[in-house]
Amino acid sequence: MSEKSENNRLTVFKTYKLYVGGKFPRSESGRVYEVTDSKGNWLANAPQASRKDARDAVVAARKAFGAWSGATAYNRGQILYRIAEMLEGRRDQFVREVADAEGLSKSKAGAVVDATIDRWVWYAGWTDKIAQVVGGGNPVAGPYFNLSTPEPTGVVAVVAPQDSSFLGLVSVVAPVIATGNTAVVIASEKAPLPALSLGEVLATSDLPGGVVNVLSGRTAEIAPPLAAHQDVNAIDLAGADDVLAKELEIAAADNLKRVLRPQPVDYTETPGIDRMTAFLETKTVWHPTGALGASGSSY
Amino acid sequence: MAPVFEYAPAPESRAIVDIAPSYGLFIDGEFVESSGEDRNKTISPATEEVLAEYTQATEEDVDRAVKAARKAFGKWSALPGSERAKYLFRIARIIQERSRELAVLETLDNGKPIKETRDVDLPLVAAHFFYYAGWADKLEHAGFGPSPRPLGVAGQVIPWNFPLLMLAWKIAPALATGNTVVLKPAETTPLSALFFADICRQAGLPKGVVNIVTGDGRTGAALVAHPDVNKVAFTGSTAVGKEIARTIAGTRKKLTLELGGKGANIVFDDAPIDQAVEGIVNGIFFNQGQVCCAGSRLLVQESIQDELLESLKRRLSTLRLGDPLDKNTDIGAINSAEQLARITALADQGEAEGAERWSPACELPSSGYWFAPTLFTNVTQAHTVARDEIFGPVLSVLTFRTPDEAVAKANNTPYGLSAGVWTEKGSRILAVANKLRAGVVWSNTFNKFDPTSPFGGYKESGFGREGGRHGLEAYLDV
Amino acid sequence: MPTTAHTLTDAAASDSTLRRFLHGLPGVDAVGLEARAASLGTRSIKTTAKAYAIDLAISMVDLTTLEGADTPGKVRALGAKAVHPDPTDRTAPATAAVCVYPDMVATAKQAVAGSTVKVASVATAFPAGRAPLSVKLADVREAVAAGADEIDMVIDRGAFLAGQYMKVYDEIVAVKEACGTSARLKVIFETGELSTYDNIRRASWLGMLAGADFIKTSTGKVAVNATPANTLLMLEAVRDFRAQTGIQVGVKPAGGIRTSKDAIKFLVLVNETVGEDWLDNHWFRFGASSLLNDLLMQRQKLATGRYSGPDYVTVD
Repeated sequence: MSEKSENNRLTVFKTYKLYVGGKFPRSESGRVYEVTDSKGNWLANAPQASRKDARDAVVAARKAFGAWSGATAYNRGQILYRIAEMLEGRRDQFVREVADAEGLSKSKAGAVVDATIDRWVWYAGWTDKIAQVVGGGNPVAGPYFNLSTPEPTGVVAVVAPQDSSFLGLVSVVAPVIATGNTAVVIASEKAPLPALSLGEVLATSDLPGGVVNVLSGRTAEIAPPLAAHQDVNAIDLAGADDVLAKELEIAAADNLKRVLRPQPVDYTETPGIDRMTAFLETKTVWHPTGALGASGSSY
Repeated sequence: MAPVFEYAPAPESRAIVDIAPSYGLFIDGEFVESSGEDRNKTISPATEEVLAEYTQATEEDVDRAVKAARKAFGKWSALPGSERAKYLFRIARIIQERSRELAVLETLDNGKPIKETRDVDLPLVAAHFFYYAGWADKLEHAGFGPSPRPLGVAGQVIPWNFPLLMLAWKIAPALATGNTVVLKPAETTPLSALFFADICRQAGLPKGVVNIVTGDGRTGAALVAHPDVNKVAFTGSTAVGKEIARTIAGTRKKLTLELGGKGANIVFDDAPIDQAVEGIVNGIFFNQGQVCCAGSRLLVQESIQDELLESLKRRLSTLRLGDPLDKNTDIGAINSAEQLARITALADQGEAEGAERWSPACELPSSGYWFAPTLFTNVTQAHTVARDEIFGPVLSVLTFRTPDEAVAKANNTPYGLSAGVWTEKGSRILAVANKLRAGVVWSNTFNKFDPTSPFGGYKESGFGREGGRHGLEAYLDV
Repeated sequence: MPTTAHTLTDAAASDSTLRRFLHGLPGVDAVGLEARAASLGTRSIKTTAKAYAIDLAISMVDLTTLEGADTPGKVRALGAKAVHPDPTDRTAPATAAVCVYPDMVATAKQAVAGSTVKVASVATAFPAGRAPLSVKLADVREAVAAGADEIDMVIDRGAFLAGQYMKVYDEIVAVKEACGTSARLKVIFETGELSTYDNIRRASWLGMLAGADFIKTSTGKVAVNATPANTLLMLEAVRDFRAQTGIQVGVKPAGGIRTSKDAIKFLVLVNETVGEDWLDNHWFRFGASSLLNDLLMQRQKLATGRYSGPDYVTVD
């Protein structure tokens, strides 16, 4: 971040904060850590979230789950699209942050931000279609009608990708919330600023507080309590290395969280639906059909 | 006063089944001896009669089975889907042909009534193979991409409550999608899986495509941990499911788990009462309540509690407990001494915690493992019998006042497999079903299964779905 | 049942209370009801139980002839058969009754004189019931005067389906009165015309509230007559009615029951729904004609070990 603007005016720095339950708290621990650009220049002091911050985020995510999962899919789509609109308006800021974070040129960073905004739009359109694609009626052999529908798993902990600080981040967060889950996101450890700024966008995009909660800090410190948390239903390990991923997967077994293991992903490509289906449960509801009247058969 | 209408014994003939005195392991298309010496006995839980000896497969045996499955995988997965389909259709048909034999065998080994194996288990087993047979050459239309690939070798561990049906749920989709299989049946019910090996032989299934290793939990653990297994599918207890999840952490093995439950059966005051009573009975006394999706918690609207319980008790008094091979038996034997001890301990605990215990007058046979149908009333969410899965013919009755309270209580459990809703009001069914955190919701019915319909749990009841199009995903590289 | 003794007394106070009461009865899920009936149909009744059931079923038959071509000769033959169903085996029990048209009651009475066999008469413009009330009541009175022990009336299905429950109720009350103290009243709903199980449950309660001694499924003259499911439903109704009022009401499935196997299925329904209190021809009947011969052939098979044939039972 340049210290002086072109006209030599001293710029106003932004204090980066966590985004939890729709608010912007500092870490309850009072800790911050230094975030630098790819060349090692100081960019900001990011909050270094603690286990307690993680716990608070889970509480917020759980509280938000009922209303968010109960909202109409159309409404969720509108809000996700609104997020894209808000991002578009702050495009320059994100281009700068992504360029700094990932050591990209302005134009390459611009392409990343554009792709990221487009990704929100892509997922916004999915909210009211995924149920039709993965759900449906089943031809039961008997006088019953049943219907299988996907439902959100619940609270999902997301270990965001470490390298793709913005496109990767959105590529793992958007599918989680598009289907009605709520998320506790651990931002890229070395490049958390785009994630923290995303929180500011979310806060002004009609997204109910608590649906997405963003934590920055040491992944290895925040992820284990989330993986072990009994009120977290699933975990996306996208940004965990092999050693941490295994540790988290073991912890996640305590309440049988759904685990999405880390895998090589090219975030620039149009995703499939698997990041959505990974955090969906299929519910099948049955009801007898029967005949219009009392039948004469059944001897 | 008219004389009582006593039903004379109507036993199904067991002559239709020819059980060998001893069984080896089915590996690479033939029955082979174990590398070890350990043998187990499987008994009829209704009489404690020893039915046969079988092999306790060693780690080395498991390795041999996995190697056979690996060797078979290349050719099997490369077969045109239409050819795999025909093998599965053959299996489905042979099961239909041999269904009476298999029903009697299952009843002998498991203890469940012949009426259930004959009318529920076996028809569903055949239907499941028939259903997935048809998928084998249509996978590109299943919504998992243009050319979905199998995973490789599937290690499958199944429980004792529906031995052959759980085998079908595991093997049919695995083979349809081009995987090969090593399956371990439960320690107390190995026989139907061993008979299934013979069905594979009759169907001409290529050797190594299906391998059956028998044994206790050690065999299962060896299978799950085997490094060359690509897919683990388990149905059983939540505790073991968690252990498996830990075991495979950090590997590339794909996992599906179908575990325990504590299903709530919610009865509103406007329910079709007589059918609700049947649904409650079917929900908890089907297969002696040894069903993961059992409706083991009855949530009844307080305003109709008395009359519902009266009807329920009257109905329970007509249940016929006894010889599982008798065609008129409703309640068979508990599967094992161990399970009986667990049910007994939990029921005793329910009583000790102050819940009111009731059973109909019911004479238990002198040998074998038996537990009378049991109701607990005055139960609250805090009682152990309302929280722990009992896996036996024990129903806990709780009350609620409003739909909100019913849903809150129904969801107040770490499990999330099944639930029931009884009301004549359509909008209430939809509203309540929508709020229930359970993978299967039966409204105005209970314990219905169908091969086209996905089955599986939320939360600690496991993950992944079996049945239907959804069931394919567990065996495809997606 | 969502009722109390109080509401039960008041149920028939007016058209609107009656409607509210009947529509307040618990609904019936058709699939669940039929599944339960089918499941009881899989009971396997063998050897001694079968022998008991067959004799019980014979003793419950209302041996019926309801044809335009009925003659005194036909009715006399039927009466003789009711008294001694199996001429080769005097241990075979008599049937419960013969069931005839009102003008045949006197003939039937003579035919069964000195036996336990009752004479039942259909009445109230059977089977359609489409006649003025005065005509229906005259029909009943004549039959009773001729010596009928039992009256099988039909309800006004048109009125029932039009929602005029009170009209149906009043008619049953009037018929009951015409029966006096000597004749028991069976109320036929013609379940096939009521069509839905909810209607059959409502009709059952309506009939019982109005004083029916028996509730009966059908006339045997329409496409759908007695089925295990509608009979199960009516058994549930008499069970619940007795639990509330202490009054026991009989049940008579009629029409379509032709084989011993079917009859035994119905007895299983009785046994497991209402129990032994109803396992007696005072409380349960089969309205049938050809059923009796099949029961007799099965009875002979049990006695001799050989399958019997139609030449070994009487065609009457």
